Amino acid sequence: MTGTGESTSRSPGRASATPAGGGDATGDRGLNIRDHSEVSGYETVGKPFVDNAKMAARNVNVYYGDKQAIMDVSLDIGANEVIAMIGPSGCGKSTFLRTLNRMNDIIPICRVDGDITLDGEDIYRSGQDTVLLRARVGMVFQKPNPFPKSIYENVAYGPRIHGLAHNKAEMDEIVENSLRRASLFDEVKDQLDKPGTGLSGGQQQRLCIARAIAVSPEVILMDEPCSALDPIATARIEELIDELRENYTIAIVTHSMQQAARVSQRTAYFHLGKLIEVGATKTVFTTPLHELTENYITGRFG
Amino acid sequence: MNSEDHYRNTAAIKASLGKRYARERRFRWYGRIAVLGSFVFLAILLLDIVGKGLPAFTQSFIQVPIEMDADRLGLGPDPTEDELYGANYLAVIKASLRELFPDVEGRKEKRLLYELISLRAEYTLRDRVVENPGLIGKTTEFWLLAHAEAGSYLKGQVDTDLPEADRRVKDLQIQWLERLRAEGRTAERFNVTFFTQGDSREPEMAGIKAALYGSFFTLLVTFLIAFPIGVCSAVYLEEFAPRNRITDLIEININNLAAVPSIVFGLLGLAVFINFFELPRSAPLVGGIVLSLMTLPTIIITSRAAIQAVSPSIREAALGVGASKLQTVFHHVLPVAMPGILTGAIIGMAQALGETAPLLMIGMVAFIVDVPGGITDPSTVLPVQIFLWADSPERGFTEKTSAAIMVLMGFLIVMNAAAIYLRKRFELK
Repeated sequence: MTGTGESTSRSPGRASATPAGGGDATGDRGLNIRDHSEVSGYETVGKPFVDNAKMAARNVNVYYGDKQAIMDVSLDIGANEVIAMIGPSGCGKSTFLRTLNRMNDIIPICRVDGDITLDGEDIYRSGQDTVLLRARVGMVFQKPNPFPKSIYENVAYGPRIHGLAHNKAEMDEIVENSLRRASLFDEVKDQLDKPGTGLSGGQQQRLCIARAIAVSPEVILMDEPCSALDPIATARIEELIDELRENYTIAIVTHSMQQAARVSQRTAYFHLGKLIEVGATKTVFTTPLHELTENYITGRFG
Repeated sequence: MNSEDHYRNTAAIKASLGKRYARERRFRWYGRIAVLGSFVFLAILLLDIVGKGLPAFTQSFIQVPIEMDADRLGLGPDPTEDELYGANYLAVIKASLRELFPDVEGRKEKRLLYELISLRAEYTLRDRVVENPGLIGKTTEFWLLAHAEAGSYLKGQVDTDLPEADRRVKDLQIQWLERLRAEGRTAERFNVTFFTQGDSREPEMAGIKAALYGSFFTLLVTFLIAFPIGVCSAVYLEEFAPRNRITDLIEININNLAAVPSIVFGLLGLAVFINFFELPRSAPLVGGIVLSLMTLPTIIITSRAAIQAVSPSIREAALGVGASKLQTVFHHVLPVAMPGILTGAIIGMAQALGETAPLLMIGMVAFIVDVPGGITDPSTVLPVQIFLWADSPERGFTEKTSAAIMVLMGFLIVMNAAAIYLRKRFELK
């Protein structure tokens, strides 16, 4: 399930534009950029496109007022893969993630252009309902943000507003299943009516994951989900991400390169709003094509 | 840096420490003095009001043996109920008083004697007789309400060292009252009248009930108008409205509105609601509308602040699971902001409760005896009642004024307690 990225990773730069299209010749010229010390004549190197794309971004630019936060990013997110987005602070990886379920809509000065599709449908087209989109593309945030309500209500909220459960028994089942899949159920089964905000940080984050999967999204976006957690809680969440890959497509933004290496099949490296390099995680971490990527993963900056 | 430098730094820091701590200590003392000062002022105010107001919660009664003489009442045998209502009870009281003090002679002295008893006594007797016509023809001991002046003497509020001409209670009356007291014919009882009657020209018959009900109805109208409109405006402006010139202008105007002198709202109420829309004068309906206009800016401003203070992560969480904007606001933002909104509402309502000036403009200052039964009945409110009583020359109204202030504060405490209770409930959820 690791996508085509893995299988062709030994021949860097050989990526071809996906049939889903819109792609450019980015991949072909990627090989020679390695020696350049800065991003001039910017092209993404590596393999930004896959055959079984769940979501596809083409030439995406994001502006906050006059400031451009994302520059001409094209990237596929393959079905049932975990794609990690790494890069130094302010590189636009979170901004890019948030364009995928239009969370940037709530920022009035934010403007997005380019195409982003989910199953081939443009999510920025005028008829697109953001409620439906966000039900299909769920999100887990950097800081655990359970609702100030009971644990049960936290998980049941999504299914309730979408009318996914028809009676109490069905709802109980959804809540239990979601908590189980987030491997939280055993810890909280006796205190479902206690406030979700009373849990530990790691438990809260798993509760947020349970809340996200309760509406059965197709894609889950995770914005540095472990940045506020200790190593033990982080390990549990990482295990969980690996299990969730069976049923969901996951895009995760992380500051921890070890985490990216552990949980993802593909890795995308962002730098100053530009998507520098994409490839199979192993390739990116062992034989990066671009000097910026290499500098970053070897700890020379960032 | 070598160890010499380190040593010098340490010495310099040590030298400055004393000064820094001294500054901190001084600042703490300023704070303590300020707090103490405000407490002293508050305590003086409260003690003064309570000290003056407490006597108003008791009333003096005088026990008089009343001979229910049918002739004097002007009743024939087997009187109908109407006749009982119309009978001349005053004559009976007067005769009974004369009997109690047989040595009183002359018109002037008699009038002084009659003035010991309140006008209310007449109606008390009437009610008792209507209830039990068997009393007619018998002599029964009745506790009759003392006149306010006699009452205030019995409560020890009259300075007998003053020359007689400067006192409302004359020497003769003092003699009689002392005799009654010696005979055990006087008593202090809890002042039920104060809580069951409306205003009156006679201090001993004046009560707070009409003003209390008036305040209640007025605030009810204020709350029902200002709270929903205020909260909805705040939600719309904060969550839905685009940021542009028009909304900026609205915001500036709301802030300015909060600073408009309240009497201006009274004039507006008079011109618009009474003269143009012809709503009833002196009614809690108009008073409530005027006060709600005054309260709205407060509620909007505090509600917006409370909504702004809700962590954006909660909004993101709700939007992230696919809640619509409206669902996000009503399911998550408002419940979290509710304690703050309620605090703002209670501040606004407390302001409205104490507001007098705009209500004077719309006629709520009229002398109204009846307890209002609804929002369109003429009525007055507590602060206006305090104003009216404070303005009255009779001695009995001085204590009533303080007592009314105590009732007003009690009302305020009840309102705040309710708000705190609601806030706690919202916080628990």
